[in-house]
Amino acid sequence: MSRGQLGKDLLGLEHLSADDLRLILDTAEPFKEISERAIKKVPVLRGKTIVNLFFEPSTRTRISFEFAEKRLSADTVNVASAGSSVVKGETLVDTARNLEAMRIDMVVMRHGSSGAAKFLAERIESNVINAGDGKHEHPTQGLLDLLTIRDHRPIAGTKVCIVGDVLHSRVARSNIWGLLKLGAEVAVCGPQTLLPLGIGELGVKVFRRIEEAIEWADVLNVLRLQLERMQAGYVPSTREYYRVFGVTLERLERAPRELLILHPGPMNRGVEIDSRVADGPHSVILNQVTNGVAVRMAVLYLLAGGKPELAESAKGAPER
Amino acid sequence: MKPILIRGGRVIDPASGLDATVDVLLLDGKVTAVGANLAREGAEVLDAAGCVVAPGFVDLHVHLREPGREDVETIATGARAAAAGGFTSVCAMPNTDPVTDNQAAVGFIVSQARRAGSARVYPIGAVSLGQKGEQLAEFGELVGAGAVAVSDDGRPVATAHLMRTALEYALSFGIPVIDHCEDVSLSAGGAMHEGLVSTRLGLKGIPRSSEDVIVARDIQLAELTGGHVHLAHCSTAGAVAMIRTAKARGVRVTAEVTPHHLALTDAACAEYDTHAKMNPPLREAPDVAALRAGLADGTIDCIATDHAPHHYDAKEQEFDNAPFGVVGLETALGVALTELVDGKVLDLPALVRCLATRPAEIAHLTAGTLAPGAPADVVVFDPAARWTVEPARFFSKSRNTPFAGRALRGVVRWTIVGGAIVHRLGDVPAGR
Repeated sequence: MSRGQLGKDLLGLEHLSADDLRLILDTAEPFKEISERAIKKVPVLRGKTIVNLFFEPSTRTRISFEFAEKRLSADTVNVASAGSSVVKGETLVDTARNLEAMRIDMVVMRHGSSGAAKFLAERIESNVINAGDGKHEHPTQGLLDLLTIRDHRPIAGTKVCIVGDVLHSRVARSNIWGLLKLGAEVAVCGPQTLLPLGIGELGVKVFRRIEEAIEWADVLNVLRLQLERMQAGYVPSTREYYRVFGVTLERLERAPRELLILHPGPMNRGVEIDSRVADGPHSVILNQVTNGVAVRMAVLYLLAGGKPELAESAKGAPER
Repeated sequence: MKPILIRGGRVIDPASGLDATVDVLLLDGKVTAVGANLAREGAEVLDAAGCVVAPGFVDLHVHLREPGREDVETIATGARAAAAGGFTSVCAMPNTDPVTDNQAAVGFIVSQARRAGSARVYPIGAVSLGQKGEQLAEFGELVGAGAVAVSDDGRPVATAHLMRTALEYALSFGIPVIDHCEDVSLSAGGAMHEGLVSTRLGLKGIPRSSEDVIVARDIQLAELTGGHVHLAHCSTAGAVAMIRTAKARGVRVTAEVTPHHLALTDAACAEYDTHAKMNPPLREAPDVAALRAGLADGTIDCIATDHAPHHYDAKEQEFDNAPFGVVGLETALGVALTELVDGKVLDLPALVRCLATRPAEIAHLTAGTLAPGAPADVVVFDPAARWTVEPARFFSKSRNTPFAGRALRGVVRWTIVGGAIVHRLGDVPAGR
């Protein structure tokens, strides 16, 4: 187990300081360039073994982590819940202890239960990186959103509105903590059925009409509306959701300033976001994906005990 | 049976208005005398100087898990844990496997409790067959076999109509209908109180209104029918307010509160501690304040533990997946003394009233008093002695307490049931 400046694990952004956040973002900067090379590999995690433990389906996050690990030369294994011992009834802690008995260094975990990453981190020696736990946090997504905003404007003072299903969103929680700590003004917008009780007490504004949010914001982070929310009766239909809360070109054209548009993916085009917006000039949705790899490289590097001041030199020459 | 003379303790018996330093003589399973300078040839003398001598505590709400989950508790271990906590009577909820919904099942509990020879165990029968919320159980036969109340605890009485008929039908047998107040359409999938903490943790919340709407329903139906509804484990300020006004207009409603709802808030869940997961959930500070005020002014009648043993493995899980419930028999007195008496919510006589006198009255048990002629069910405790909660020392088979490591005051010296000492300070669980 390694212990860098961030401690053993990355479980969420709530308990990180502004300095910790800046450290990760600053460390990500030199790593961005590695992915632009012909040979996308540096040896900083050579000999480290990392398990990507995904108890929920994931494409983007899992692949992004895997690229980050491989570009740092770590040895990686992917475990998905389907086809693993989990479906045979093994508990989370037994699964993890068995993996650890094979002498691994880090676990990257996606799990459907809030708090699962913390639960695991308290029970194994390896570093644990939360790749999304239930409705709690998705810290690397929050970090890549911060990095993407920072690429375009200073975070402090920027007005960011998170739009949509905040109630069920781990992305929203990580964004709120990260943005507030770095001095942004944060709002949420959606039908009250999808906004958690007491969200205002976290220090965010609440809009119940998308028009008001667009008038206020510099940045919109548009959340995915999962289809099961209709079945559970939180909103009547995707059609009505798009009409009332959809981030459409017409609505953005009425905005007093140009807005930066983020979306954590996967998108439901024509439900929470208009294709003309998603693919438009102010969308940074694919920049987020690119930044995701760099941010995850930075997190892996720092948790493995890498020195932030050496990140620039650590990228060194490509591995031959 | 050897007579017992409890000498020199502060004897508190709210039922007979007694609070004095006197002696208590127990003979042939009964309290035979309470007074100064008693003597009895051949009696075992218990020196109670510095201690409180009170009627043995009565717990209207325990889950003893037998039949069905004998790996986490049995009637014998639960009754022994009760004795260690100063309880001489406990009422066992019917959500066992199979459900206690017929006279044979009631008889089984009675006979297991008799064999255990520890605290008395009174069965509570189910309101509905299989606790399914459809057809009324046979209250007459349940009572005939020894049940003292009916409840579908673990879940609410499913419909207003079923609650109405249960309250009406129970009138013929003089028993309370105990309800677990939860509108399951509002609480479905919830893991903790809905509030700022649940929002931060990303856990689905159980709103206060889930409890309050059923409390309102039950009060209306008790008023309509004249039946006696007893509301289990109240957790919200709203419930306290509704009970207070209902009592003022003469509705037959009584209520209990658990030690954990009096001592803890949802902040205890903040680190995803599954030992803080219970149903109803721990609420917020204003609720705790209202519950304490309600207990102090008699709106809430009594303290009940909702002792709910669970296996280590069941609680050693992701918060969402862990079951609801905590054990409480062996910490109730310590928590009550530390939080309520030291916290100036109750004085000692009021505490004894909440732990013994009132619960015995609610379930019409011949218990809860030291008046001469009453059963010799007595607890002697040292209210000043300090201790630290160590779950490994529990008599209960289970260890799922939110109070592990807490410094408490109040230690049980002796627990006496029917004139026999069933617990002495220093006893350790058999096999350990």
